[in-house]
Amino acid sequence: MVEKADQIFVTLLHWLVGFLPTGWQHLASVVVCVVVIIAVYPTLFALAVLLERKGLGRMQNRYGPNRVGPFGILQPVADGIKSLTKEDVVPFRADALVHFMAPLVLVVAVFMGFAVLPMGRNMELVDMDASLLFFFAMGASTELSVFMAGWSSRNKYSLLGAMRAIAQMISYEVILLLSSVAVVMITGSLSLVKIVEAQNHYTWGLPHWFVLTPWGLMGFVLFVIASTAETNRSPFDLPEGESEIIAGYFTEYSGFKFALFFLGEYVGMFGIAGFGTTLFLGGWSAPLSVLTWVPSWIWFFGKVLLWICFFIWLRGTLPRLRQDQLMNFAWKFALPLTLLNLIVAALWHFMGAGVVTWLVCFAILAIAYVLMARTGLKRGKIGPRSYRYAE
Amino acid sequence: MLGEGILKGLAETAKNFAGSYVSKERLTTVQYPEERVAPFEAARVFPFLVYDGEDWEAGLRCVACQICEKECPPKCIYIEKSKEKKPDYVGKLQIYPARFDIDVSVCMSCQICVEVCPFEAIKMNTEFELATDDRFGGLLLDRQKLAHSNEYYHSIHPTEASEVDARLAEEKAKAEAKAKAAAEAAAAKAAAAKAAAEAKPATPAAEAKPAAPASTTESKSPSPAAKPTEGEK
Repeated sequence: MVEKADQIFVTLLHWLVGFLPTGWQHLASVVVCVVVIIAVYPTLFALAVLLERKGLGRMQNRYGPNRVGPFGILQPVADGIKSLTKEDVVPFRADALVHFMAPLVLVVAVFMGFAVLPMGRNMELVDMDASLLFFFAMGASTELSVFMAGWSSRNKYSLLGAMRAIAQMISYEVILLLSSVAVVMITGSLSLVKIVEAQNHYTWGLPHWFVLTPWGLMGFVLFVIASTAETNRSPFDLPEGESEIIAGYFTEYSGFKFALFFLGEYVGMFGIAGFGTTLFLGGWSAPLSVLTWVPSWIWFFGKVLLWICFFIWLRGTLPRLRQDQLMNFAWKFALPLTLLNLIVAALWHFMGAGVVTWLVCFAILAIAYVLMARTGLKRGKIGPRSYRYAE
Repeated sequence: MLGEGILKGLAETAKNFAGSYVSKERLTTVQYPEERVAPFEAARVFPFLVYDGEDWEAGLRCVACQICEKECPPKCIYIEKSKEKKPDYVGKLQIYPARFDIDVSVCMSCQICVEVCPFEAIKMNTEFELATDDRFGGLLLDRQKLAHSNEYYHSIHPTEASEVDARLAEEKAKAEAKAKAAAEAAAAKAAAAKAAAEAKPATPAAEAKPAAPASTTESKSPSPAAKPTEGEK
């Protein structure tokens, strides 16, 4: 029974493609999986937008949307209809083809990432050996669409937004990558399925999630920060800083193209949340050994939603950074810590897991964190800026 | 310590989030069409014409002096004077507005018409739901739509209305006293004239003029130049 609930989607898929001749079955299963992914994540996107608007409202002491349907749950439907019926304006001087392609490239790239994410036990579309690499490749190609959008709009705000986005995404891509390299070092595999398997053990009822190790914790924190920047979320939402550059690279997009950008942004958020969950939070594995009877896909989507909620919480809390703070933080604080984290991961690997190793590794990272934060704050590099003449 | 402020901020927003479900103070939004806040006494949105008594047409305080029309900065008041006269609150015969229109879409709620009116005839309303689906006719309010009773004025601006009433009563009393004095003087004059007619030496009677009317006949200008566009034909 437990096994059945866990594998319900896999069984369903096998049953469905069983109607076809053997030669067609593989292709059919891939198509069905793609359709399901393309259906599930936009639904989740609608849910997340509603959650974000309601949650942000509550954090700012107001109701969110509460007019469309009971408690405003039909608000995403209304938004969808609105964006579909709006006029699609293309600037006169814009590069029409590139302008048209940019949202498509973004959506395609973010959806490609889901091909390798294990969303439950045996629930991955492709079990690639280098799926981690594939995910990063797809994540990096969203930058292309951002630049296409900014460049083709022939609008200074779009271009500024695109430049900011590219600078930010490339800077934080390094941290994102290096913080997950630690995981690869420990598991010895680039396959996301194997990474989840490596975390799916329990000692005293507790899981072997990488976030519970010192290097994993540090990697996780850095990964969260970098993923916030990668998805252009607050406090790293400079590329679309409304107060300065209107909407950044999608200033000149309206109607459904804008909706596609919006969708791409959120689906990219799910992608990176699912990826981070897979790397550090044990993917689809249960948080306690007594809870392993709960279907694995519930755990995966639960963790992703929790991650999204944290993003929303962060957005409701933090103000936007300045460009120099953003860059200083990435290169002068986060990057050295990530590199140190790699060394600690290596130390962990060679010392062998144990209480002493745990303490040593934790101490190294904690001391480094405190020292770097102290000196950085003192020099005004990562903390509040000190003015020489203005004060 | 780096990151401490972020945690504090997160705690603060979490407190707001959770608190908004339990504490009314953290969620002060009024769900407007269903819930309403009673309008403030000092609120002023759009002018209305005050009338005394039951009949709005007979009781209008306005005497069509056109001061408000001239003072109105965006020129949104259109007045046409009547041909005949009717008695005002003091009992004196005055002309009245045959037409008194205010264009809502032009009015900027500056209250200058209220401040210049010497007859306490135009006051500010607190009614703010003036939206209409009729773009022209619906936004040009005629005198019937503008007319509201003095009781209504009392209900929306109690303090101010009481002051106005006291002032008007005082003026009325003064006018009555003056009229009485004039009547007495006239009687005395008549008596004196009678006495003079009887006895030759003339005694000059005290000259008493009735109260001077306000500047109702000053303006000789015809109906306003700018005519509002009438509703769709």
